[in-house]
Amino acid sequence: MLVVGLDIGSVAAKGIMLDRGKMHRAMIPTGWSPRDASEELINKLLKISGCKREQLDDIIVTGYGRIAVAGAGQVATEIKCHARAVAELYPQVRTIVDIGGQDSKVIRVNGEGRVIDFAMNDKCAAGTGRFLQIMANALGLDVSELGENENFSEMVSINSMCTVFAESEIIGLLARGTSKAGIIAGLHQSVGRRVAAMVRRIGIDGEIAFTGGVAKNPGVHRALEEELGCQLLIPEGCQFTGALGAALLGQNS
Amino acid sequence: MSAILEDFTSIRGVSLIKIKEAKDEGQKVVGIYCTYCPQEMILAAGAIPVSLCGTSETPIADAETVLPRNLCPLIKSSYGFAVTDTCPFFHFSDLIIGETTCDGKKKMFEIMQEIKPVYVMQLPHLHQLDAALELWIKELRRLRSTLEEELDVEISDEKLWDAIRKVNHETMAVKAICDLNKKNPPVLNGLDLLTVTWSRNFSSDKEELFTMLNELQQELATNQESEANANKPRVLLTGCPVGLGSEKVIRLVEESGGLIVAMENCSGYKTLELQSDTELDDPIIALAQKYMEIPCSCMSPNPYRFELLERMLEEFQVDAVVDLTWQACHTYNIEAFTVGNLVRDKGLPYLHLESDYSSSDLETLKVRIEALLEMVV
Repeated sequence: MLVVGLDIGSVAAKGIMLDRGKMHRAMIPTGWSPRDASEELINKLLKISGCKREQLDDIIVTGYGRIAVAGAGQVATEIKCHARAVAELYPQVRTIVDIGGQDSKVIRVNGEGRVIDFAMNDKCAAGTGRFLQIMANALGLDVSELGENENFSEMVSINSMCTVFAESEIIGLLARGTSKAGIIAGLHQSVGRRVAAMVRRIGIDGEIAFTGGVAKNPGVHRALEEELGCQLLIPEGCQFTGALGAALLGQNS
Repeated sequence: MSAILEDFTSIRGVSLIKIKEAKDEGQKVVGIYCTYCPQEMILAAGAIPVSLCGTSETPIADAETVLPRNLCPLIKSSYGFAVTDTCPFFHFSDLIIGETTCDGKKKMFEIMQEIKPVYVMQLPHLHQLDAALELWIKELRRLRSTLEEELDVEISDEKLWDAIRKVNHETMAVKAICDLNKKNPPVLNGLDLLTVTWSRNFSSDKEELFTMLNELQQELATNQESEANANKPRVLLTGCPVGLGSEKVIRLVEESGGLIVAMENCSGYKTLELQSDTELDDPIIALAQKYMEIPCSCMSPNPYRFELLERMLEEFQVDAVVDLTWQACHTYNIEAFTVGNLVRDKGLPYLHLESDYSSSDLETLKVRIEALLEMVV
């Protein structure tokens, strides 16, 4: 059985190939065309695995670009895919927090890995990877550098939830000579608070997993654990969780 | 689509011509916005009660030159249609009747007054108090004398009873159609259901409407079962009012493979069990009692809505619930907490959506709706 799971996100496109017990993965920027990105990912995975297109039994697509590449294979929502992957990685987890490029979500699952409830951020970038990316730009950093540049002991609170207003708040703080490291800690706390409120709305039951690209940021990880008062499980390759779930769904079908 | 169903899609056009003719012959037209408006009173006054436009995004930009942007789209749309004179039903209305269902409408009506005479009824919200019913009875008597004065007619008890019977019959006929969807597979999809329940409010001729409703009911009751509707998740829609033009959530559910089998909202099932008691001596009291029962979220507390929802979940064999709140509708937004608990306690997936009339959030709504449908076992 050879299946591919694709997660075409707003920033990055992730692919997982499950090849009889072996797993291959690839990631590229989504760019402007979800369709091209999915083609490129499939080709990459075929190259890595040395398999041929005709050998593929199934392709499952998820992520915001899922509709655009429909036809490539079956479609499932990110919510179902994250639940499926986490059920495989951490069967004891009942709550999943996923923070991606353009949305953050909290998913409650039962013992069989089925989604029983979920919440997503509203029409706003607050509490998402995009929020952090824009703030990183304002600070002259790449989003991947935020975690290592944080200084928790100098933290200043960022009050604006709105991305646009938060950006001007930061520019104001910088002008007043506030340390970058403290501002970064404040940004992480802001995302942590926002997402923690969503977690509490859905309810915590059992252990919590943290997935999505933003889970790679140790500052957000710390802030979220602090807000929730418990430890979070982060899978290795947290960005690939959705794609893994998609591939696993393909394996089962 | 059946020919009778087709007739419902053209109600607005046909009605408009009839209203124009009736106006030319001196008949009066009274525009209404809400199910709380006792249309029986307008019928008894020999005038035509007609729904007004308020379910389209089109005039919202114009409304926002006066009204705040973060207001409910239904209020903005209603005002926008009025101020741009793009709702023919508003155009032909001699008088508009509003109610104090919410703060937004109440204050918007003050401004709308500059365009047309708007008569606002004080709707009590703590509806279980005796004082509330007393006030509402007084408000109906005030409406009666206002209509008599404005339209220069006498509204006799006899005419009121006659109108009450007509509206009771219409309500029963609409309910009979909606109830057909208790069957599995259901007979109507959500868009067709909406076409019938919403469009009927634009009809200018109650007798003709009653005939159309009965014919449609008979046709649907004897139709072959629709295989296309079999095995799809059966979704109940509740929350804020929806009409053609603001049906994006219904469309998304059905495009994603679900089926809206019932709607607990204003032109839908919310009012369909309510009948005026024709055994009473005073038609005003009969009307007051009926209208006070409407389970709008503006009422506090609002137990009948939960009784009704609970029963609908069973009777319509519902698999999942979508609860739609229009932006800035605080009462439905807050009541969603209780609705969510009720639905989840039944072991059913529940999705609360907050949106407006624009298409800006179609993608984010779609992923939520698809995930809800995936949750159906």
